[in-house]
Amino acid sequence: MSDTGRSSTPTVDAPDPLTGRRRPVTVSALVGARLPSWAPYAAGAAAVGVALILKAVFGWEGWGTSFWTAVLVFVIGFTVWSFAVEGRRRAKDRFASTLIYASFVAAVVPLVLILFYIGVKGFSVFSADFFTKSMNGITSRQEGGGLYHALIGTLELVAIASIIALPIGIFTAIYLVEYGRGKFARAVTFFVDVMIGVPSIVAGLFVYTFLLLGFGLRPFGFAGALALAILMIPVSVRASEEMLKLVPRELRESSYALGVPKWRTILKVVLPTAMSGLITSSLLAIARITGETAPLILLVGYTARVNYDPLQGDMATLPMMVWDQLGKRAGTTSSDLTEARAWGAALTLVLLVLILNVGARLLARLFQPKAR
Amino acid sequence: MAKRIDVDDLNVYYGNFLAVEGASINIAPLSVTAFIGPSGCGKSTVLRTLNRMHEVIPGGRVSGKVLLDGEDLYGPGVDPVNVRRTVGMVFQKANPFPTMSIYDNVIAGYKLAGARKHKNELDEIVERSLKGANLWEEVKHRLGRPGAGLSGGQQQRLCIARAIAVEPSVLLMDEPCSALDPISTLAIEDLISELKSSYTIVIVTHNMQQAARISDRTAFFNLPGVGQPGKLVEYDDTAKIFSNPSKKATEDYISGRFG
Repeated sequence: MSDTGRSSTPTVDAPDPLTGRRRPVTVSALVGARLPSWAPYAAGAAAVGVALILKAVFGWEGWGTSFWTAVLVFVIGFTVWSFAVEGRRRAKDRFASTLIYASFVAAVVPLVLILFYIGVKGFSVFSADFFTKSMNGITSRQEGGGLYHALIGTLELVAIASIIALPIGIFTAIYLVEYGRGKFARAVTFFVDVMIGVPSIVAGLFVYTFLLLGFGLRPFGFAGALALAILMIPVSVRASEEMLKLVPRELRESSYALGVPKWRTILKVVLPTAMSGLITSSLLAIARITGETAPLILLVGYTARVNYDPLQGDMATLPMMVWDQLGKRAGTTSSDLTEARAWGAALTLVLLVLILNVGARLLARLFQPKAR
Repeated sequence: MAKRIDVDDLNVYYGNFLAVEGASINIAPLSVTAFIGPSGCGKSTVLRTLNRMHEVIPGGRVSGKVLLDGEDLYGPGVDPVNVRRTVGMVFQKANPFPTMSIYDNVIAGYKLAGARKHKNELDEIVERSLKGANLWEEVKHRLGRPGAGLSGGQQQRLCIARAIAVEPSVLLMDEPCSALDPISTLAIEDLISELKSSYTIVIVTHNMQQAARISDRTAFFNLPGVGQPGKLVEYDDTAKIFSNPSKKATEDYISGRFG
């Protein structure tokens, strides 16, 4: 009780077990005074009220100042109230809880708003045609057209990049976890860490210099896929490494103790046990590159036509289509119609990542070790 | 076929750190030998050198000889994989493979090593091993269920079944009962007494009553001081170690007057 600074024994009105009449009863030392359960809501309402009154009094314009005033009044007022009633420790707890909830809201609100906004803006152009037609011959003043060309391009590039990067990433992770010792492994880890921070345009520039300038080529799909693969590898290595580390050492040891060679232990025990995690890690890497734009500007270009061939000619991708439809690409113009198509492409991109995510989660659950 | 083990002046290192110094033990075939001693004295380390499992830890190496029926396990060209097929091991923590069914766990030694066997043969191995581990009656109706769904004691017996399924000559057990309740412990101890008729068994245990109950011979390891290597203090018949040990340190340890 020294914490609260109160020395008198707390009492409370309670019915006497014999007479049934209410009278002050000494409370156990284990019970501390607490704010009622509605206290946070009351404090919140009061804070909003204070902010509204101040807004009226000072004639604040807009809602920003009022909002932050309400937040501030709530945090300070609620903590002080709690300190007065419940004591120092509880007040600190209330204060920390308030901050944590506030951070959670601050993190989630923008996310939800973005998804909601894209959904509202993008859904209006969704139609069967939108997914099956290209933008070929459609001007900025014309209705119709679709993102088929861009969807094909994005899917192809992501698929090629994944085929190149995921095996390299997972094998590197296996090396680091199962075999890597000493200087070389440390060097690999270091360069993977550095590569995670490489800006995507730098990866694009690298491929541009070596492939396009070096061989005198025009932009084509595969070059973009290569740049995406470079961006993907470090993410895949890092995420896969963490998943492989989660496999208990005892499992490897009991496999060795059965006379199973190391490579077969990795193949038959470590990888199956980590499989659901590896699927998740691969998805992280894919999600990282699906919306990538910068290197594609350099390496893949954009076309309104459908181009299935990643080895020849410009290819459209969803992020590049957004860029194009907003009139940001050289030689393009925008209108309400193109803007709506840009939102549609953006929503499709988000949905694509969402579908991949859900699909991978289902797949991962299928591979998860079961207890019964 | 059970084999004999002769350890001759064995030093075990982890990197530059000498973990165990100068251990020599002769283990007869078809016997149970218990390793006892305080934590960190090197008894598990010595056990792991008997099937070259200590090498799994980076920097682990030995000097000296470990002879299995006269053949040096550390001789030139000896493949640790083959050593481990001959000398099986059961660990402290029961660790059935989480991705496998009970059936697959038992035949993991064959399956993981890529041995091709006929289904009938595998069925026989599973039944024989599970019966050998006293688990058959409890799981015969659910062989297809995941091994991780069994109780702790059942999981440990599953691990023993897995170890004996590959028909080793020697079975090493590293504190196999330390995570189990008394009833499961009793089941494992009974099992060890039965397995003795087919295997040479070496068991590390912290439970001295257990060592006294199940072993024929007992080795007492001790740590002379902090930072010093562990040593084999005394190795003799179990009855002698627990009634009339020849070293003072052994007597102090088994009578609880230690440290």
